[in-house]
Amino acid sequence: MLAARILKPSKSQKFVRYSSHFKFQPFTADPSLGETEKINLCQSINQSLHQALEADKTTCVFGEDVAFGGVFRCTVGLADKYGKDRCFNTPLCEQGIAGFGIGLAVAGSTSIAEIQFGDYIFPAFDQLVNEAAKYRYRTGNLFECGGLTVRATWGAVGHGALYHSQSPEAYFSHTPGLKVVVPRGPIQAKGLLLSCIKDPNPCIFFEPKVLYRNAVEEVPKAPYTVEIGKAEVLKQGTDITMVSWGTQLHVVLEAAEIAESQMGVSCEVIDLQSILPWDVETVCESVVKTGRLLVSHEAPLTSGFAAEVASTVQKECFLNLESPVERVCGWDTPFPHVFEPIYLPTKWRVIEAIQRSINY
Amino acid sequence: MLRRITRLSSRVVVSRCYARSTDEFRLNEYSEKYLGHRKARFTETLEFIDSTKHDAVPIYRITDTDGEFLDANQDPGFSEQEATKMYKDMVTLNTMDKILYDSQRQGRISFYMTNFGEEASHIGSAAALRPDDLVYGQYREAGVLLYRGFPLDQFMNQCYGNDKDIGKGRQMPVHYGSKDLNFVTISSPLTTQLPQAVGSAYSFKRDGSGRVVVCYFGDGAASEGDAHAAFNFAATLKCPIIFFCRNNGYAISTPTTEQYAGDGIAGKGPGYGLLTIRIDGNDPFAVYNATRKAREAAAKSEPVLIEAMTYRIGHHSTSDDSTAYRSADEVQQWTEKDFPIVRFRKYLEKKGWWSEEKDQEYLKQVRKDVLKSFAAAEKVKKPPIDVMFSDVYKEVPKHLQKQHEELKQHLAEYGEHYPLGTFKSK
Repeated sequence: MLAARILKPSKSQKFVRYSSHFKFQPFTADPSLGETEKINLCQSINQSLHQALEADKTTCVFGEDVAFGGVFRCTVGLADKYGKDRCFNTPLCEQGIAGFGIGLAVAGSTSIAEIQFGDYIFPAFDQLVNEAAKYRYRTGNLFECGGLTVRATWGAVGHGALYHSQSPEAYFSHTPGLKVVVPRGPIQAKGLLLSCIKDPNPCIFFEPKVLYRNAVEEVPKAPYTVEIGKAEVLKQGTDITMVSWGTQLHVVLEAAEIAESQMGVSCEVIDLQSILPWDVETVCESVVKTGRLLVSHEAPLTSGFAAEVASTVQKECFLNLESPVERVCGWDTPFPHVFEPIYLPTKWRVIEAIQRSINY
Repeated sequence: MLRRITRLSSRVVVSRCYARSTDEFRLNEYSEKYLGHRKARFTETLEFIDSTKHDAVPIYRITDTDGEFLDANQDPGFSEQEATKMYKDMVTLNTMDKILYDSQRQGRISFYMTNFGEEASHIGSAAALRPDDLVYGQYREAGVLLYRGFPLDQFMNQCYGNDKDIGKGRQMPVHYGSKDLNFVTISSPLTTQLPQAVGSAYSFKRDGSGRVVVCYFGDGAASEGDAHAAFNFAATLKCPIIFFCRNNGYAISTPTTEQYAGDGIAGKGPGYGLLTIRIDGNDPFAVYNATRKAREAAAKSEPVLIEAMTYRIGHHSTSDDSTAYRSADEVQQWTEKDFPIVRFRKYLEKKGWWSEEKDQEYLKQVRKDVLKSFAAAEKVKKPPIDVMFSDVYKEVPKHLQKQHEELKQHLAEYGEHYPLGTFKSK
């Protein structure tokens, strides 16, 4: 219920709350992927799940409240179409959901678990970090749970406060054996989710919930995949490389436009897409060209994933760097309620950092 | 006066009628929707349920400690071949434990955990399962693997982490696993295997294979959140699973009085809606019967909880000295009064299937076999260093390939400072 309220604020609230945060920038899918339809992120997730269940009879979708369609409506129609034994509710227990999902995968089923909010993935941390991630390695490849995909909603939503706003990707990035993915919009979400489901390794798929309804794109109808571990250069530029993922990518894109039009700075914007493993090559190639790097994410600064990107780039591109790597991130506080507009790494903070980097 | 009484009584009648219908409605709602069709009633007696006032769940057994049947009708009727296999496996396990325990004391392997006193629960339950039933264990269930035919060499190779270990030398000793024998590789984090076992059971329910899952764990592990998750998921999702708890009185140094205040682990089962039984874990016949019956129920997607009462005769592990928290006398008493292997031998001897001579002969043989395997495992080099980087993912991602290269270069320069000779070259 809370979820529904988060997604359906009154019009006036919506305007005030989201106007300063980000402006969704739709992209165009590769025309070779065929016929498209205009759908939002939520519908694109739903379509992926339908196609995954259609493609493989062992596939099950489960979690809290998924049977009636999910609190965000991502699992609508699955139980009706594929049966209650393939899309079903579990008891309210995240460690159980993750453990159950691992076991399904160990027995050879394709297992798609939903954690209602990324904020509530921590009770499942042990199962994901000690178990799912290490299954293949510790058994000498006798057993594995590669059929597991964990979907969780993710990121700021306007008024989610401490426990409906978190971006926990960095916690999982420190775990060999997992793949961690965050899409920026409906086209990426569908391709990356289908990749996660097919990938022979356990994957965590974070869905930026503020984009569920706000983000609309022309999404190819047929199933397709987007490569995990590959970043995408969204905008070519020559003065500074800007790396981000998820919702924040749109903040960075907007800042890049402002920086170009008002400051004459040519920005190269990269959507990292995969946090683990991440695309070092694409990022470093860009920094070699531009000589400057800015990484931005909603999660807190200290030990956020930007730290990993920054240290790798300074090692790989030391002679090319013209200024210190800039990290524009959430502050090192819990995610606050009324202070959200000043907690978030806004486009103004990104612009300030671009300026700092260029003028260094 | 009369009028008043009449009016009063009529009011009472009216309100009673009303009450009856709402009560009926509510009791029906509660029974059918909230309480899984269990009949609910109201009570006007203010009374808490005091678990200490109830008897504990009884302990099912069919033989006494002399291996004598208390109810001959319940004799599962093992053939001589079956019964002697069970006995031999218990003795083999016991012999392997003694040798590996001592070898750890000598510093030849890094760690070990014995199964002393719990042999009957392993072998008795394993014998009641189908070979394709999937087993998830904790770490003190080597007997199940042994019963299924895991070779001595493989036990030794795992404990040595040598190049012949099918686990590739990555885990601590006693973390066995076998895909061929449907025994999921052991991991150290306690209880994590429970909800996983439920997930696998759900998969079997859907694939129609008729397989069930058996999941072993200790009384201490039952305190973890994952146990709660698993019991509840198994019951609500109606999974073909048997939860097999080895209640051996201790979780390392912690006695059960500090582990739970209720009626053991079996006491929790009905609260989750699990078919539940408590058994004498040192009575292989009771273990066998209960597991077989549990398997029948599980196959019909009725999950079962078995609590096997036993005693951990050995130390928790080679890193533990149990005399620091329990008396030698207590251990002595259990060893003398109810050692499962002795109990089973008495049965075999009465049947005329075993004798002192056979026992001596078998012990000598199995000791020889274990020592031979042990010596062979000790001579095998550790796996090639490359094995450290494989299987993290199905494929080796770029960053890991890079780190592998970095290590190779480092070893080319600084190799003399590492025990490179102990690893097999590729």
